Amino acid sequence: MRYSGLKVIKEALTGHKGWRPTWRDPEPKNSYDVVIIGGGGHGLATAYYLAKNHGLTNVAVIEKGWIGGGNVGRNTTIIRSNYLLDGNEPFYELSLKLWEGLEQDFNYNAMVSQRGILNLVHTDAQRDAARRRGNAMILNGSDAELLDVEGVRAMYPFLNFSNARFPIKGGLLHRRGGTVRHDAVAWGYARGADLRGVDIIQNCEVTGFRIENGKCLGVETSKGFIGANKVASCVAGSSSRVMEKAGMRLPIESHVLQAFVSEGLKPVLDGVVTFGAGHFYVSQSDKGGLVFGGDLDMYNSYAQRGNLPVVEDVMEGGMALMPMLGRVRMLRSWGGIMDMSMDGSPFIDKTHIDGLYFNGGWCYGGFKATPASGWCYAHLLATDTPHKVAAAYRLDRFRRGCMIDEKGQGAQPNLH
Amino acid sequence: MTDAVMNAGAMAFRADGSNGARKGAQVNRLDGGLINGARKLGFTFDGTRYEGHEGDTLASALLANGVRLMGRSFKYHRPRGVLTSGSEEPNALVELRSGGRQEPNTRATVAELYDGLEANSQNRWPSLQHDFMAINDRFSNFLTAGFYYKTFMWPAAFWEKVYEPIIRKAAGLGSISFEADPDAYDKGFLHCDLLVIGAGPTGLMAALTAGRAGAQVIIADEDFLLGGRLNAETFGIGDLTGAAWGAQVQAELAAMPNVRVMPRTTIIGAFDHGIYGAVERVADHVLAPEAGKPRQILWRIYSKRAMLAAGATERPIAFENNDRPGVMLAGAVRAYANRWAVTPDQTVAVFTNNDDGHRTAADLIAKGVKVTAVIDTRTDAPKVEGAELLAGARVIDTKGRLGLEVAQVRLADGTTRDVPCGALAVSGGWNPNVHLTCHQRGRPAWREDIAAFVPAGELPQNMSVAGAANGDFSTAAALRAGAEGAVAALSELGIEAKASDLPEAEDAPVNVTPFWYVKEGKGRAWLDQQNDVTVKDVKLAHQENFRSVEHLKRYTTLGMATDQGKTSNMGGLAIMAELAGKQIPEVGTTMFRPPYTPVSFGVMAGRSVGEEFRPTRKTPSHKWAEEQGAVFVEVGQWLRAQWFPKAGETHWRQSVDREVLQTRNSVGICDVTTLGKIDVQGKDAAEFLNMMYANAFAKLPVGKVRYGLMLREDGIAYDDGTAARFAEDHFVVTTTTANAVLVYRNMEFARQCLFPDMDVQLISTTEAWAQFAVAGPNARKLLQKVVDPEFDISNEAFPFMGCGEVTVAGGCRARLFRISFSGELAYEIAVPTRYGDAMIRKLMEAGEEFGAVPYGTEALGVMRIEKGHAAGNELNGTTSALNLGMGRMVSKKKDCIGNVLSERPGMNQDDALKLVGFRPVNAGDPVQAGAHLMNADGEVSAATDQGYITSAAYSPVLGCSIGIGFLKRGDARLGEVIRAVNPLEGKETRVEVVSAHFVDPEGERLRG
Amino acid sequence: MIINHPILGPRDSQEFTYLGDASLIDRPDWQAEDAADQFHDYLYLRDNPAGEHRELWFHEQGDRSWLVVTRNTVTHEILTVELARDVARARGRSK
Repeated sequence: MRYSGLKVIKEALTGHKGWRPTWRDPEPKNSYDVVIIGGGGHGLATAYYLAKNHGLTNVAVIEKGWIGGGNVGRNTTIIRSNYLLDGNEPFYELSLKLWEGLEQDFNYNAMVSQRGILNLVHTDAQRDAARRRGNAMILNGSDAELLDVEGVRAMYPFLNFSNARFPIKGGLLHRRGGTVRHDAVAWGYARGADLRGVDIIQNCEVTGFRIENGKCLGVETSKGFIGANKVASCVAGSSSRVMEKAGMRLPIESHVLQAFVSEGLKPVLDGVVTFGAGHFYVSQSDKGGLVFGGDLDMYNSYAQRGNLPVVEDVMEGGMALMPMLGRVRMLRSWGGIMDMSMDGSPFIDKTHIDGLYFNGGWCYGGFKATPASGWCYAHLLATDTPHKVAAAYRLDRFRRGCMIDEKGQGAQPNLH
Repeated sequence: MTDAVMNAGAMAFRADGSNGARKGAQVNRLDGGLINGARKLGFTFDGTRYEGHEGDTLASALLANGVRLMGRSFKYHRPRGVLTSGSEEPNALVELRSGGRQEPNTRATVAELYDGLEANSQNRWPSLQHDFMAINDRFSNFLTAGFYYKTFMWPAAFWEKVYEPIIRKAAGLGSISFEADPDAYDKGFLHCDLLVIGAGPTGLMAALTAGRAGAQVIIADEDFLLGGRLNAETFGIGDLTGAAWGAQVQAELAAMPNVRVMPRTTIIGAFDHGIYGAVERVADHVLAPEAGKPRQILWRIYSKRAMLAAGATERPIAFENNDRPGVMLAGAVRAYANRWAVTPDQTVAVFTNNDDGHRTAADLIAKGVKVTAVIDTRTDAPKVEGAELLAGARVIDTKGRLGLEVAQVRLADGTTRDVPCGALAVSGGWNPNVHLTCHQRGRPAWREDIAAFVPAGELPQNMSVAGAANGDFSTAAALRAGAEGAVAALSELGIEAKASDLPEAEDAPVNVTPFWYVKEGKGRAWLDQQNDVTVKDVKLAHQENFRSVEHLKRYTTLGMATDQGKTSNMGGLAIMAELAGKQIPEVGTTMFRPPYTPVSFGVMAGRSVGEEFRPTRKTPSHKWAEEQGAVFVEVGQWLRAQWFPKAGETHWRQSVDREVLQTRNSVGICDVTTLGKIDVQGKDAAEFLNMMYANAFAKLPVGKVRYGLMLREDGIAYDDGTAARFAEDHFVVTTTTANAVLVYRNMEFARQCLFPDMDVQLISTTEAWAQFAVAGPNARKLLQKVVDPEFDISNEAFPFMGCGEVTVAGGCRARLFRISFSGELAYEIAVPTRYGDAMIRKLMEAGEEFGAVPYGTEALGVMRIEKGHAAGNELNGTTSALNLGMGRMVSKKKDCIGNVLSERPGMNQDDALKLVGFRPVNAGDPVQAGAHLMNADGEVSAATDQGYITSAAYSPVLGCSIGIGFLKRGDARLGEVIRAVNPLEGKETRVEVVSAHFVDPEGERLRG
Repeated sequence: MIINHPILGPRDSQEFTYLGDASLIDRPDWQAEDAADQFHDYLYLRDNPAGEHRELWFHEQGDRSWLVVTRNTVTHEILTVELARDVARARGRSK
């Protein structure tokens, strides 16, 4: 079934009887060509592109809970291609280009909205770094503009220009960056994959891998054994837990990141703004809530919740940047489990076990990466060669000394 | 909620004996109530003036004045009135106050009335009565759950250019004024043995029991009047009315020094290890905070035990057009009548599936309000006195454009009857307020007998639940649970408490037959009134396979409004369960997350706003520098002098060039106190530093300083500085300003965790010493005038890289280091911080004859770039010693942090980046930090990228712009002309690759 | 969170800076034949358990002790707190 304005009108006039399930709920088959573990954004996107780009439709996505319940369902919805390093920027640029055509491609309105992202700078050194980054973005085909303080003021006159502890000196503007209705991404990919024959199996937990003679033959699940030529793990914050069942230790720690939304407000803010002198970034959703976040709670955690000090830290940043928010109220907070890697960059790679593949280490950048992650993971699964823009995302890069460390923080995951 | 024996005709009085309000313009004002009839308060709503009374909320005062229409819904802009009498209110949201104090989305039900209150309705245009956007309601059939996911996709560009701007403009509820909030907020910490959350009968009894036992108790309630449902009901406790009993207990608690009673305080979240967040609204009930007082306070309450006694929230029944102003929860109608002496209308009907709803009828009748019918879904409903009972009936539709006029009832026999009523009091039963029990790992469990979820699973550490929050709804049960809960909690702390004789109270059982929605009717029956989610939407979600509760919520937006579904989630769940053919507990619940009710940015930020956002650290010479008119710059939390403008200088470059040239030509002075300083002492100090630095330190002689490079364990260079050996067992280490804390932390890690038995002690002395760089050819001459004469600091006695303890200015203790960042003959001299101000004055005075200049961070930066010294821009966390041109410094003869992993092949490639300098081919061209490097010819692209410029400055010595940065094989390309490209700003400069040591490459000056 | 410091008693976790897995105490021998592999595993690989986790916290705003805190990463419950120096000694890091 194709979605369209016309279809909506027709259904409205005929009692909405024609809408079908957005995806089926099949029982698992005995075996598949590819079993993807994890029905989050990346897993569903991988299934979609396996079917669409590579004609592989004998594919299952198995999900412990409900699809889209991980970080694709609990993030701050930002998409961007504003990375610095060679190993990253081409990948994120591919991702942004895929976002730009995604809705027409999978026939689902995910509300991709390129509202622009402004990273504020507060020191000369930050401006130097922004210039280097902006140039790297442009050299990789992305877009960037360096604004001075007047340029920032023209965009957002209500920021604190008068008595800020760390005065705003300018910003790096990435106009193609923006926001997306996050849940819709999972649903759109699920629907697209399902229509092409992929089985999406919810409430099915992986309990182990069947590995014989160095070859992965399938997964043991709460719904029984499911055989597979290839098993693809794609479980973000649960990466260590799942891969541990295959005997692997990963260069990943799981950390909690909180995010927040305010009560609905009439238009306040058009684009995304990140504060460069504290932990705060904000955008306004189409519904009117200010969606904002900041830094990790810093300690390892598998609890989807955080503590008060970080809430205070983030909202202090909000008030420092936008003193007019004093009487705006935070409505809801939530926490997501981030698969923080040792250099802040992800992995899309084969493992040392034949037939077992790994995708993870997205830190808190996983949402924007969703299309390219699925695209490149599907490419790897289908062809057994890494996609060229994801070629650096290898598990052995630390052994080789080829870190992709955007923030320059070294092997401490919570600092990335 | 607590149960009550109906006490018809009883009137509640305040404990202070004051009477309720009298009738006036307030057409719906009744007798009695817990308001102060003697004190009238004037207020405006949408510009119209009204009067209410002390003790009113905005909602009760508006109802008293016959105002039912208070808002518009989010999507369909349906006219809405107040549904509840508490913080769960979804409909009656207003913009309170104006200007910088304008406060969107304020629930009229919790806005305490004050004289001069100003409120406006929101999400409507041009007026609340005539809202243009109500057109949406006509198209509701097209605007069903998730319709927007299926359309607005063609043409592709139209989403962002046409559809979305329209949607965004229409979206949102209240608006902000864009003015800064003028009020102050505070934060504080509180500690207690027992935190009691909620001051209804359960909480009051618990606090009383614990307080009498001498425990440290905090009792908090979001309401301004303690007592909870006791204030809303008519039954008594012992010989007193419920309200009077509550007031008496509150008075006893207030007199106990070990009890802190906190009205107007919402516990917003249960965090780890017994820590609770609480927001106290200190001044939201007055026009403006008293001078010097905060508006609100965020308390972090550290409790040994906590008791949740948060009561319960009534839930509605969904039926067609159940959202008209006048349709209210039955318990709320009762609360308005009993506590606020208000009826929403002169004719009221009741619609219920449980006994509790009947109390509303009884209480209204007792107050003289006409109850046109009691419509009970149960065929065996109990009798009602004074009103007609329609048993086995249900409301199938309502009428009334901007307010309820008629409820259409399907009777048990299948016939239909119109019941006239201006208000319909609806009760679908009560849900325990389990929210805080779920903030961690608690997952509620279904209790069939009360048809509600109660707390279950792993509750937050040391939390117990009692009373209605636990599903025990009668007053007697509440009192008992409160007392026993307190005794149990305290006994775990070793405090003996007694559950004293409990007063007598009603103990009625819960009689409820689950009834979630009326199936008759083709129209819409609202579940989430604010977000306009109807029963149909839930059915559509089910049809489209959004069947998990989380999918349901996200697809329909059920429960995502400002009330977070406090009155709507349960209905949605029940309907989903029915559609899926499951039991309610099988469907599960969505997560409750902090905050319990929304919390302002202001209170979470507290005093950390404006210039006080973060602490400001000032250098010892700050005051003096201010006197000189210095321009300051933020360096982390430090404020440092950036340059010192002189009269006649109109551009910062003039000042900086002068400072550089005068330093290089004579002498300049700079406050370098911000550099980290670490005192390292002990027998193994040298061995320890040998591990910390990449280069060797073990053999550094006493009286000498050595430059040191520190690596992270991954082999990346992260800090550099110096270590000065003052004795065999005593070193003074300096770090960069940015890494002072990190280096110290890492050294402590090595000392305690890696080498636990090395004899070495560390202390950070960054703040203990004021340190000044004195640089330039006349530096020694200047210092010889300041350092006491018994110390020989001649070149021979105190050569380059020497250090020693001296005295200055006639005996003041000081440390002298002959080190140079500028490349000149230079020293750094340190004195105890308290003499820093005196020292800068002394140095400047002594330097007068040489024309000594103070120089700021800009000149410092220019001189270090001229000298090719790496700083933060070069030590960017991705560069190794090899990249910095210091690869050979990394000693392979010893262990050190980072040694092993620095040898990985990826960090030692042939085309590795190397630090070099750049000079423009055309002297007038600027060199810019952040430019990327490309070969002289060929494509400009990421693939051909050769590196980047890290730092750049105008060199007054060379008369041109210069830069340093990282270039592939840079050290082998000296003399090559390449391009520095800056497409970001449309610039490209041809530069020559040169040594990074622009000035005095042989280092003769610093040895002179 | 509250960390029960072995010397100072209960302290708010805000006084501390978090590092990570306590296995960072077990720094390998730089002269071992497979030192490169050992250092790789030491620095980069983590058990990252969902459950009990021994981890390093630094009392930065306090007495500057490094502590080994055993904490459940699912419930955040803290089971034991030790001085890291004692742990290091127990793991044979004495000279």
